[in-house]
Amino acid sequence: MKIRLLPLALLPAAAFAQAPATIETKLAALEAATKAAQSAGDNAWMLTSSALVLMMTAPGLALFYGGLVRKKNVLATMMQSFIMMGLITVLWAFVGYSLAFGEGNPFFGDLRYLFLNGVGAEPNGDYAGTIPHQTFMVYQLMFAIITPALITGAFAERMKFSAMLLFMTLWALLVYFPMAHMVWGKGGFLNAYLGGKVPSFDFAGGTVVHITSGVSALVCALYLGKRVGYPGEAIKPHSLVLSFIGAALLWVGWFGFNAGSALGASSLATSAFVATHFAAATAALGWVIAEWMKSGKPSVLGGISGAVAGLVAITPASGFVQPMPAMFIGFAAGVVCYLMCTAVKGMFGYDDSLDAFGVHGAGGTLGAILTGVFATNAVNSALKDAAGNPAPLGLVDGNGGQILNQAIGAGIAWVLAIVGTLVILKVCDLLIGLRVERDHEIQGLDLSMHGEEGYILES
Amino acid sequence: MKKIEAVIQPFKLEDVKEALKAIGIDGMTITEVRGHGRQKGHKEVYRGQEYNVDLLPKVKLELVIPSTRSDEVVKAITAAARTGKIGDGKIFIYEVGDAVRIRNDDRGDAAL
Repeated sequence: MKIRLLPLALLPAAAFAQAPATIETKLAALEAATKAAQSAGDNAWMLTSSALVLMMTAPGLALFYGGLVRKKNVLATMMQSFIMMGLITVLWAFVGYSLAFGEGNPFFGDLRYLFLNGVGAEPNGDYAGTIPHQTFMVYQLMFAIITPALITGAFAERMKFSAMLLFMTLWALLVYFPMAHMVWGKGGFLNAYLGGKVPSFDFAGGTVVHITSGVSALVCALYLGKRVGYPGEAIKPHSLVLSFIGAALLWVGWFGFNAGSALGASSLATSAFVATHFAAATAALGWVIAEWMKSGKPSVLGGISGAVAGLVAITPASGFVQPMPAMFIGFAAGVVCYLMCTAVKGMFGYDDSLDAFGVHGAGGTLGAILTGVFATNAVNSALKDAAGNPAPLGLVDGNGGQILNQAIGAGIAWVLAIVGTLVILKVCDLLIGLRVERDHEIQGLDLSMHGEEGYILES
Repeated sequence: MKKIEAVIQPFKLEDVKEALKAIGIDGMTITEVRGHGRQKGHKEVYRGQEYNVDLLPKVKLELVIPSTRSDEVVKAITAAARTGKIGDGKIFIYEVGDAVRIRNDDRGDAAL
């Protein structure tokens, strides 16, 4: 309390002491104090959000995925998420941030922020004018970490650790950084706010994070082929308790992901927070109800998978839609993703081991399109028309054409993910080989890749 | 001497232990096992993928007793472990050649 009052109380006094106070100097001092107060508030929320989003990768996703595999692969699966916190962080500092957020061409950034050169305390007005540029940088890093970690669900229990590291390095460089630039970077092709050719709305990464990772996951699952013994009796989740804890952490972390994407502690952040929560709630119900009707029992795995599907689908829409549409988007995602992970996967027979595509690819695409339907300037008035009034956003504002723009954005993400992932997989396959040996796969990756076991209960 | 090997429902373990204690049987070894006889397993569903689990969790009790007490012990176990439904388990009875108490080299019934 004291600290907050000090600048307001002292600054005018200081001005008195130096020179006869004019109304101008008083106003200037007041303005500076107000700005500092807003910056402090916004920065506090954005640092908190950054930490929340990191928590989504580990322990959130690591536990969610770790529980879904067999116990001989629990450590290897958690490691695939965790190591992204190291690998992508280094890449991000060296070139990643610059390639994503440097003002380059519409498709990728330039090298102005190489080695984080020039990324300091001074805010970057193009992206977030009230928080240190470094806060914006580290917040965006957390997204770059979780996105490749999501893909690991598709090739769980069968990919070499070394091949995975090379794959993820190339994938971040060729797929994620360009896609992030297109949607969020200044001058990006799809950036609705900073001069994009095809203005597309993606508040927190439905396209950038979930479509790219989900679609790439499908390509990985198809390219690597099925696990030994799939589909078979012995392949089932070893601990839904771990998955449950992971999913619950994801739900909480997602508030940082979506409400943090307001880039400040504003009412827009509140709106995104509310939409996020309401969508997760109805999605959990949607999946459980669909499952209950179809297979007779409401499963726990269904409940938590539904919540994650809803969180995925609301991600692009979260800063643009009212609570009721958010609930609709969530419910739709729960039902659609349930069908994708059961009926559709069963029909085609691919082994997307932990349903990275069924949840993130399908949920992300659904969310991107529905954002075009429900986005409204009653929630987000940042986009102005020629006269300076809030521009109509989605179909509910009378701008039905936005649905097409959303589809183009999603389509670009699909194509980039498919082509990029195929090329990278081919390169990794030639250089290292993607799959572990059959014997190693049967033994489990914990022992064969890492020389450890997750559970040594007799010791 | 006889060895009694009983495979029972896990949730009946406490009842069986009580019944054996009541007739003065103190020693036993138990193992958590999985198996099935005529009982078929159950169905589990994970994200729409169905699994038929036919090897079900059971508890195996092993105890070695003087031959004279065999019938009494079997009766106590069957009475305590029975639900009357399929899956209650089985009891196998073996002849035992000898027994040795490691602590002091006692032999035969004295070692039990």
